[in-house]
Amino acid sequence: MSIMRTLLTTAVSVGLSAGIASADGHAKELTIAIVNNGHMINMQKVAEAYTEETGVKLNWVSLEEGVLREQVTSDTATGGGQYDIINIGMQEAPIWGAAGWIEPLNFGEAYDVDDMLPAMRNGLSHEGQLYAAPFYGESSMVMYRKDLTDAAGVTIADNDSWDNIKKAAAAMHDPDNGVYGACLRGKPGWGDNMAFITTMVNSFGGAWFDADFKPTLDSDEWKAAINFYVDLLGNYGPPGSEGNSFNEILALYNEGKCGMWIDATIAASFLEVDGVAYAQSPNAGNPVGANWLWAWAMAVPAGSPNAEESKAFIEWATSKEYIKAVADHPEFGWGSVPTGTRASTYAYPEFQAAAPFAAAEMAAIESAAPEATDIKPYVGVQFAAIPEFPEVGSAVAQEMAAALSGAKSVDEALEAAQAAAAAIMSEAGY
Amino acid sequence: MAIVAETSKFSRFAWPVLAWGVALIFFFPIFWMVLTSFKTDADAVKPEFLFSFTPTLENYANMTQNYDYWRFATNSVITSVSATLLTLVVGVPCAYAMAFNPSRGTKDILMWMLSTKMLPAAAVLYPMIFLAKGLGIYDTHFLVIMVLCLINLPIVIWMLFTYFKDIPKDIIEAGKMDGLNTWGEVREILIPLAWGGIASTALLAFIFCWNEAYWTVRLTTIDAATLSKLIEGNRAPEGLFFGRLSAVSTAAVGPIVVLGWFCQKQLVQGLTFGAVK
Repeated sequence: MSIMRTLLTTAVSVGLSAGIASADGHAKELTIAIVNNGHMINMQKVAEAYTEETGVKLNWVSLEEGVLREQVTSDTATGGGQYDIINIGMQEAPIWGAAGWIEPLNFGEAYDVDDMLPAMRNGLSHEGQLYAAPFYGESSMVMYRKDLTDAAGVTIADNDSWDNIKKAAAAMHDPDNGVYGACLRGKPGWGDNMAFITTMVNSFGGAWFDADFKPTLDSDEWKAAINFYVDLLGNYGPPGSEGNSFNEILALYNEGKCGMWIDATIAASFLEVDGVAYAQSPNAGNPVGANWLWAWAMAVPAGSPNAEESKAFIEWATSKEYIKAVADHPEFGWGSVPTGTRASTYAYPEFQAAAPFAAAEMAAIESAAPEATDIKPYVGVQFAAIPEFPEVGSAVAQEMAAALSGAKSVDEALEAAQAAAAAIMSEAGY
Repeated sequence: MAIVAETSKFSRFAWPVLAWGVALIFFFPIFWMVLTSFKTDADAVKPEFLFSFTPTLENYANMTQNYDYWRFATNSVITSVSATLLTLVVGVPCAYAMAFNPSRGTKDILMWMLSTKMLPAAAVLYPMIFLAKGLGIYDTHFLVIMVLCLINLPIVIWMLFTYFKDIPKDIIEAGKMDGLNTWGEVREILIPLAWGGIASTALLAFIFCWNEAYWTVRLTTIDAATLSKLIEGNRAPEGLFFGRLSAVSTAAVGPIVVLGWFCQKQLVQGLTFGAVK
């Protein structure tokens, strides 16, 4: 009897919950799929004021990047409705916009779309139409220990040459005392080691694909860049660099073990050691530059039944007012405002005081060039905004890690990478 | 004689040491996870800080302040308990019929049921989503319970079938002679005799339901999201923040570890007396 009773209770509760779910379906309620980014987590608290003001209830679903992409694509394919707002990155925004998977975004005058940093706006648009609004953006830069460069008698300048970077790394390198000249990403992954390596290849004059979208990993530029990378990190980097990405290097840096680190500008806000100075990423004179560009943005999936309310929320969440709301929030402050999106953020003296890296970050974002050029026939700096890129990037990433660890020579790794990339691209119909 | 005595003395000592060694190897990842959950994210990636670190509760505070842990945990309890009960309600009669009234096709049916486990889940992901949305049951407890039940049914029927096979048919027939109907046979004879096996099967099914991640992550949004979805959502785009992730994982596996600890007698008994020995 007790089993029967339990089952009946379950059936009733199931029925009730299904009923409640459908009854709430058309209420003023938005479901937002987010990546687990610190700024997005903070937004959940700041947005309580939005709910109070507008009466719109916000449901937040935190998802891993890969699962989020999978859920959003399956949601779109099955007619939508699961999420009203989604987080997407700069890699997807132009592709999904072109495919009609996300709604175009047009905001009122008060939003001041011209205040949005041009690089961000371009990177999130397709044919001049904005498809996703950035809530956080970043570039990359050199974060070095000025006390160590001074002691070693070397300097690091903005857009320095790679040779000078290597010279400075060699001068600071002191493994007996636990200091490594350069800490760089080595962990395989298209968003891990390949983010850094791609910017390096760009600055050596290379690119992922030629004008026909055939991979060019066997080019002289790739060979020169990867040989330099393996030499720099192998000789002056910490041991086991092929396992290091953002978090691991951040821990090493804060222990005082890195002379320099070239990585996302957001890293600067987590640095706890004294004597840190910033410089623009090294460049060998190539117009593409070595500053990467990334943004996490908010978009409305096509088919969302609450598109208007969703756009209204995005307009608020990516506005100047939102940035001020974070700064004024008792739990946060100017040190926690989302950066890299609006020029006006960098104009606040309070922000400049809270973020000593502000000027370097803005300069890095402004000089990043995601547009397609003759050298690089695709949108994106540290990635190519084509659907196949994550697969190509992941395959090549493994080979680069093998070259770094010494399991393969640079030539062998590039040969294997070229073969893998060519196979994926050919299968995709390029 | 002396050799025999020495051998038994050796094995008396060696086997427990070996057993403890193996147990510690299996337990170490869990121990590491629990330990890491009390470290900051920065300390968590430093191998030299494996044992010496300043413990912190910040990861647990972050989990409860930024995420609705209790909502996820409640959903896990509702779906796992309901799915386990439903699986048993369907599985016990099914295994009973095949164990005591086998037909020529029984073996084939058993093999067919097992073969459904060989289908890659991803192959039916889109049909499942279409069906769930079409029927209006996406992100409901009902859907998760049904899916968990269907996933575990083959293995539950197989386990119960092998336990029931060990029960002499004569006892069931004696019950029949005494005037018991089929339900009476199941309730008065089968369940009391196979209780250990049923309990261990239920426990295993419950553990499988609790740990299931592929479907519970993909077929839920808010209302029916389980602890698997909470863990999944804590994988940050900047990489894995091990301290934070370990706290969420510890809080997610905690209830099942405690349950397993209390029920280990039944679990071991069931597993060693049944067919999975």
